[in-house]
Amino acid sequence: MPAKASPVAVAAGTRRQLPWARTVFWLYVATLMLPLLWMFGMSIRPNEDILGSFALIPQRVTFENYQTFFTDPVWYSSYLNSIIYTSMNAVLSLIVALPAAYAFSRFRFAGDRFLFFWLLTNRMAPPAVFLLPFFQIYQSVGLFDTHLGVAIAHMLFNVPLAVWILEGFMSGIPREIDETAAIDGYSLPRFFVRIFLPMIRSGIGVTLFFCFMFSWVELLIARTITSVNAKPIAATMTRTVSAAGVDWGLLAAAGVLTIIPGAIVIWFVRNYVAKGFALGRV
Amino acid sequence: MTGERLNDVSGDVSGDVSSDVSDVSGEVSTAGATVAGDRVEPEAPVGAAVPRDEPGGQVDTKPRNNRAWFLVLPVVVSVAFTAVIPLMTVVNFSVQDIFSPTDRIFVGLDWFRAVTRDPEVHAAFVRTLLFSAQVLLLEIPLGVAIAVAMPRRGLGVPVALVLVALPLLIPWNVVGTIWQIFARGDIGLGGWTVNNVLGVNFNYTLDSTDAWITVLIMDVWHWTPLVALLAYAGLRSIPEPYFQAAQIDAASGWATFRHIQLPRLRGVLTIAILLRFMDSFMIYTEPFVVTGGGPGNATSFLSILLSKIAVGQFDLGPAGAFSLLYFLTVQIVSYVFFTVLTRTGR
Repeated sequence: MPAKASPVAVAAGTRRQLPWARTVFWLYVATLMLPLLWMFGMSIRPNEDILGSFALIPQRVTFENYQTFFTDPVWYSSYLNSIIYTSMNAVLSLIVALPAAYAFSRFRFAGDRFLFFWLLTNRMAPPAVFLLPFFQIYQSVGLFDTHLGVAIAHMLFNVPLAVWILEGFMSGIPREIDETAAIDGYSLPRFFVRIFLPMIRSGIGVTLFFCFMFSWVELLIARTITSVNAKPIAATMTRTVSAAGVDWGLLAAAGVLTIIPGAIVIWFVRNYVAKGFALGRV
Repeated sequence: MTGERLNDVSGDVSGDVSSDVSDVSGEVSTAGATVAGDRVEPEAPVGAAVPRDEPGGQVDTKPRNNRAWFLVLPVVVSVAFTAVIPLMTVVNFSVQDIFSPTDRIFVGLDWFRAVTRDPEVHAAFVRTLLFSAQVLLLEIPLGVAIAVAMPRRGLGVPVALVLVALPLLIPWNVVGTIWQIFARGDIGLGGWTVNNVLGVNFNYTLDSTDAWITVLIMDVWHWTPLVALLAYAGLRSIPEPYFQAAQIDAASGWATFRHIQLPRLRGVLTIAILLRFMDSFMIYTEPFVVTGGGPGNATSFLSILLSKIAVGQFDLGPAGAFSLLYFLTVQIVSYVFFTVLTRTGR
């Protein structure tokens, strides 16, 4: 049962940390940030400085790389592509997963356990397995190189995950609520939208966050089923590297920009993040 | 408590913060553990954090209703389109020799035999398994340690959570790019430091050991935060009376961790180990960007080899057979992990 977060539980553990634990922790965070800061540092230097001499602090600061990014349509349109299909995927996965998660958390039905496990096994499929068939299928049904196509393809791993997370949060809500609502004359759809959904708000936020995250970081499938119109930013980055030599500054600038959407999203769900990572099961 | 007692507390007082009355702790601890158990049991059953074997968890009381299938239908349809049809296509590939879309012959299990005997596949399999093992051995203890040290209160909490989670939100190829830059001897801080400050000759594009270390460190950097956040969520769910009991017993920091915190982490750590195994065993994008599988075959993991066969050489038959065996391996190992982790110590 996902435990109701009791106030005592939240306060637990504050006193018992070793005195140097804090210091070690923030040292770890600093180490964690080092490669990121280094990339940021490279993104604001001209290319001659990057290759010419090794310097901890940029000698000359320039925003040229960012300017190139936002003026070249290949770069900024693929950035938009990624944001579009990622958002579509998050919404679609949520809509599909909500009723299913409710069914799993509230009813027994023929083959329910089997179905639940089968859903989870899709999370275990190496994406490389699906590359060729995806290419063929999406081309034959006209979804190749469309935002919707990528959004649907990413449902492969996001729908099972969404069902799993939502089921955890829903099972934390006592079933008496459903029964009381039924006695009060609520139909199932009306109860679901008016009463139940607001109660699992945090679960929905966490689910959207995870779907966004896994769709945003995925490259292999997105690259395979797109060519121009829906090409993800990640693919633009790899292709530019191989084509025109390595423009390290521009690459670093693009890298920095790909971190921003994730950072914004995570700030909004920061209070649920820890529980969300435990898939609603703590 | 999973039947263990706090008996060995007295022998282990290093790092004791709460008290220095170590000489009595041995006797009191057993009673303390019982107190904790009695007091907490009704509201928070021990093992509540363990993931349930079945959806819902209250199987006996749930009403039977087959109309629930209508609610599950959208998921079944969408997963059928994204998973079942492609998988059937792969099965179709794996039993045929395909020369062109119109010219193909049925070859039965020949490709499966060929793949299981291919020394290149064997080498990649061993390499991937070794990588997964190293990833688990490094990331799980490190993640738990970070979770224990993470702030629990105040402004530090959201800042810590966001910063720790940040690597998880970076597109995988950008993670590759970051480390491709960072580990380079000429323009990267990491590689430069190792070469010029530590004086060790380090070049991940030429030396296989250096390439392996780079990929491993990159994975630890990238994914330890996931383990840490999971463990952190698990730690926060431990009810306060457990700690009060430990304090009465004058349990040392280590004993508190070993006998109170660690057992309660079983559930989240099961999730962590499963996720980390699956993802490290399927790793593709990051090493592909950093090393491209090289130098030589040093970091050519199963997925890199597979996509070389499938997309590079366009050998559909062997690629199909390879894919199915790969998928099956991930499932079997995951199932074994899951069974072992949820059954032992109950």
